[in-house]
Amino acid sequence: MNNYDAIVIGAGHNGLTNAAFLAKAGLRVLVLERNPYIGGASTSRELHKGWKYSNASYVCSLFRPEIYNALDLGRHGLRVIPVNSSMTFKQDGDYFGSYTQPNIRRREIMRHSPRDADAVVRFDADVLRWCKLVRGFLLRTPPNPGSLKPRDIFELAYLMKKFYELTEAQIYEFIRFFTMSIAEYLENYFENETVLTHYSGGSIIGTGLGVYSPGTAYVLLHHAMGDVDGNVGAWGFARGGMGSVAKALAGAFQSYGGEIRSDAEVAKITVAGNKVTGVELASGEKIAAKVVVSNLDAKRTFLQIMDEADLPPKVVQRARNFKIRGSSGKVNIALDGMPTFPALPEGSTLTQGHMHFTDTLKRLELAYDDWKEDRWSADPYCDMLIPSQYDPSMAPQGKHMMTVFVQYCPVNPDGGWTDEKRDQFGQTVIDQIGDYSPDFKDLVLHAEIRTPRELENEIGLTEGNIFQGELTFDQLAFNRPFPGYAQYRGPVKGMYMSGSSTHPGGGVMGAPGANSAREILKDLRKPDTTPEAYSDD
Amino acid sequence: MTINKEHFRRALQHSPFHSRLAALSLTEEWTGWNGYKAARTLDKLSTEYFAVRSSCSVMDLTPMEKYRISGKDAFRFLDRLVTRDLSKLKPGMVTYVVWCNDDGKLIDDGTLFQLDEDQYRLCSQHHQLDWLLISSIGFDVNIEVETHEVAALAVQGPTAYSILTEAGIDGLADLKPFGIAQLQCNGFPLVVSRTGYTGDLGYELWVDPKHAESLWDALFAIKPRLDIHPIGLSTLEMVRIEAGFIMPGFDFNTAESTIRADYDRSPYEVGLGWLVNLDKGHFTGRQALLAEKARPVKRRLTKIYVDGNKPVREAFIFDAKHGKQIGEIKCATWSPILKANLAIADIEFVNGKLPPQLWARVDYQRELKWLSIWAECRVSDKPFYTPEHRSATPPANF
Ligand SMILES: Cc1cc2nc3c(=O)[nH]c(=O)nc-3n(C[C@H](O)[C@H](O)[C@H](O)COP(=O)(O)OP(=O)(O)OC[C@H]3O[C@@H](n4cnc5c(N)ncnc54)[C@H](O)[C@@H]3O)c2cc1C
Repeated sequence: MNNYDAIVIGAGHNGLTNAAFLAKAGLRVLVLERNPYIGGASTSRELHKGWKYSNASYVCSLFRPEIYNALDLGRHGLRVIPVNSSMTFKQDGDYFGSYTQPNIRRREIMRHSPRDADAVVRFDADVLRWCKLVRGFLLRTPPNPGSLKPRDIFELAYLMKKFYELTEAQIYEFIRFFTMSIAEYLENYFENETVLTHYSGGSIIGTGLGVYSPGTAYVLLHHAMGDVDGNVGAWGFARGGMGSVAKALAGAFQSYGGEIRSDAEVAKITVAGNKVTGVELASGEKIAAKVVVSNLDAKRTFLQIMDEADLPPKVVQRARNFKIRGSSGKVNIALDGMPTFPALPEGSTLTQGHMHFTDTLKRLELAYDDWKEDRWSADPYCDMLIPSQYDPSMAPQGKHMMTVFVQYCPVNPDGGWTDEKRDQFGQTVIDQIGDYSPDFKDLVLHAEIRTPRELENEIGLTEGNIFQGELTFDQLAFNRPFPGYAQYRGPVKGMYMSGSSTHPGGGVMGAPGANSAREILKDLRKPDTTPEAYSDD
Repeated sequence: MTINKEHFRRALQHSPFHSRLAALSLTEEWTGWNGYKAARTLDKLSTEYFAVRSSCSVMDLTPMEKYRISGKDAFRFLDRLVTRDLSKLKPGMVTYVVWCNDDGKLIDDGTLFQLDEDQYRLCSQHHQLDWLLISSIGFDVNIEVETHEVAALAVQGPTAYSILTEAGIDGLADLKPFGIAQLQCNGFPLVVSRTGYTGDLGYELWVDPKHAESLWDALFAIKPRLDIHPIGLSTLEMVRIEAGFIMPGFDFNTAESTIRADYDRSPYEVGLGWLVNLDKGHFTGRQALLAEKARPVKRRLTKIYVDGNKPVREAFIFDAKHGKQIGEIKCATWSPILKANLAIADIEFVNGKLPPQLWARVDYQRELKWLSIWAECRVSDKPFYTPEHRSATPPANF
């Protein structure tokens, strides 16, 4: 008989994190996943025999080490290896490399601009300062600023205290930081166009914004606030692909007695008298539970799997207006061998990191202009990696797997998406890479091309927005997903949210899932199994 | 400097003296210093130390950041940059300076060389191009990095004068402390300043990198008669503490790289108030320093003797009266010449005053076992070691 304490809808990494902490507290928990595989945007699948693709997310940095530790994910097989560099090819045949070895990093910046090599000291210190501030809030439930509950007042006081650890000038800077565009922000530090462009790129990833749009400076932080073993800002590669994160979480969850059902699409969260009663599957099957957690984005949660009549009209309205524009695509490629990049000196280690092909802010902005006109960028911004160089489990011996994240790609090109258009989009990306690697195109054996259409259809991300909702200030912290609903509780008793639509937002981070579990356990008066944040000091 | 694309193959670059250092390095203990491969030690520490204190030491200073500052407004720019009154600086003179941000927090310290009218060299511990360029807005001044275009050697110790003279560098007899001379050595030009970071008699030699090895060889050719030793950063650390010199980035955080609020320091807080001239006219940080001066002293880097002979490294300092932890040792050394433990500590003042009785909790190891003792600390108002021969002009000849 169906007899669960809690049902989690969606086996995304946050749903799994949430479920694992609930199960660890002794609850009987069922995770229901629409797809035949788990992981949502944190998944790795073999679509071409012998090759494993991380189909959506591809690098790991934001995942909270506290969760990793609390759920013993190392023993469940998770290993995150640092990615050691990033680089930008220039149109003039040169390149800019950003190395992690500090002396080489400095000298390479000096090669392009001696001044920028010095300015990077100031830049690093400032970004680290904001990172430290924000990192303190990742594993905390945002306060409800309008509430007078002791707990909200305490959280608000904590927030103020963290803020007042800054000097007055730093507070002004921080506020500026939240409201500025990334290009303008970086121009406070750097003068060299390639350096500026290189460090801007991260700030447009996943956003429906351009390098000159206010609000993009914060996105830089969202990409820099993670860490690999304490190296704040470093990115890592999960061995076996991002599916390993989901797999390890599922392993932890199951070790606490949890149950996962795939191919189990939820059609509806059932409600009676303002209380959840359980869920109804697309198959018609009904499963009862007093607690139902949605790992879906806020739009899908409230507008698709809940009956609008069960909801306060304000929530329906907020959900309709929730900003969740898709702007990204993904191309995963099976390669017959390692492509060469003639711009790089022989033996360069830069092929082992992130590779980019956009060397001016103007090109970044033009890429955005295309998107505004509902076209994919003719000259897109790509974040490309070839992880099979250091993870042999991704491709057969001597062969390689390439992952290319593409910004921008529209939700709805003129006339809608067709398979031909999708392939043309993929071709644009392949052509761009081919411009810098003459043997690349001949090495392509198979490519998985994903536009917002595929991301929505396959992962269930509305409009294909990778973060389950834009990371702009109006949708962050106590505003995420909506003001008054930032504490993971839905408007109906027993209903909760755990996905990236909630604080602290998108990325393979686990924090929304863990924070949500903490609130659920509190409501159920169960012991808190979620970890406290490591101190950053 | 043009940087070759191949630079990534080596994290640390070789200084123009590297071949000579490598040949004399018994320990092969290298470390990074500003992107260069620098010796931590080359020989036994005591051998190196006594080269500085009783014969002659040579240290490669090339990694030190050097900036050439020139142009019509060079003086006005520098006077506005640093806290010290520069009006007495003349061509052929060096002065020690610090500079601050608008909040009166230290960005770095350095030595400022006036090489000629409107021609200056600023040597600093940390990268300053960004700050110098930001500060130069509105001044007709040209600022260039010359770190890699000028090879530098510190020749320090009681016999330094004799060695340099015997190596063929004439004209040092009249050179006073903080003086600069443009001289020759075996047919190539070099700049010699009577400066150093050891507190002993000593000179710093500035030369085109292409003459670096010849300069080295000329000095070491004297070795059969007068002892001379290359030294590394470990020895420098001992002697600079004896001489009471502080090191930005080690003894205090430099403002531009400080992340946490109130973790940076003002000149007053590091005991360099004597370098601040609030009456000289406007300079960056002056408003904040004026305000700070009016408030009770919050804290200060303080030179202390730590009683006993247990090796001191980092340690907490306590106010004996209240038993409160009020500071920490930033750097310390056993002084072989004074037979004492010397340290520089960052100490919080109580009601604007240094508490009269200070104790340090010293952890040390004996045969792998950690032990802990309380050691009384005595404040030293002066540098620990300032031998008279350091400033004698002409220096004694050996
Ligand atoms: C292309 C792409 C690249 C990215 N790159 C990175 C990256 O490199 N690094 C990084 O940190 N982040 C990256 N992200 C963001 C990150 O992957 C996501 O923010 C994160 O994985 C979302 O996790 P989640 O658990 O909140 O939700 P999701 O992963 O969206 O999980 C939701 C789950 O619910 C399931 N579901 C949907 N509808 C139903 C239903 N009706 N019934 C049952 N189940 C349902 C879905 O199938 C899915 O498994 C990327 C995202 C994308 C799309």
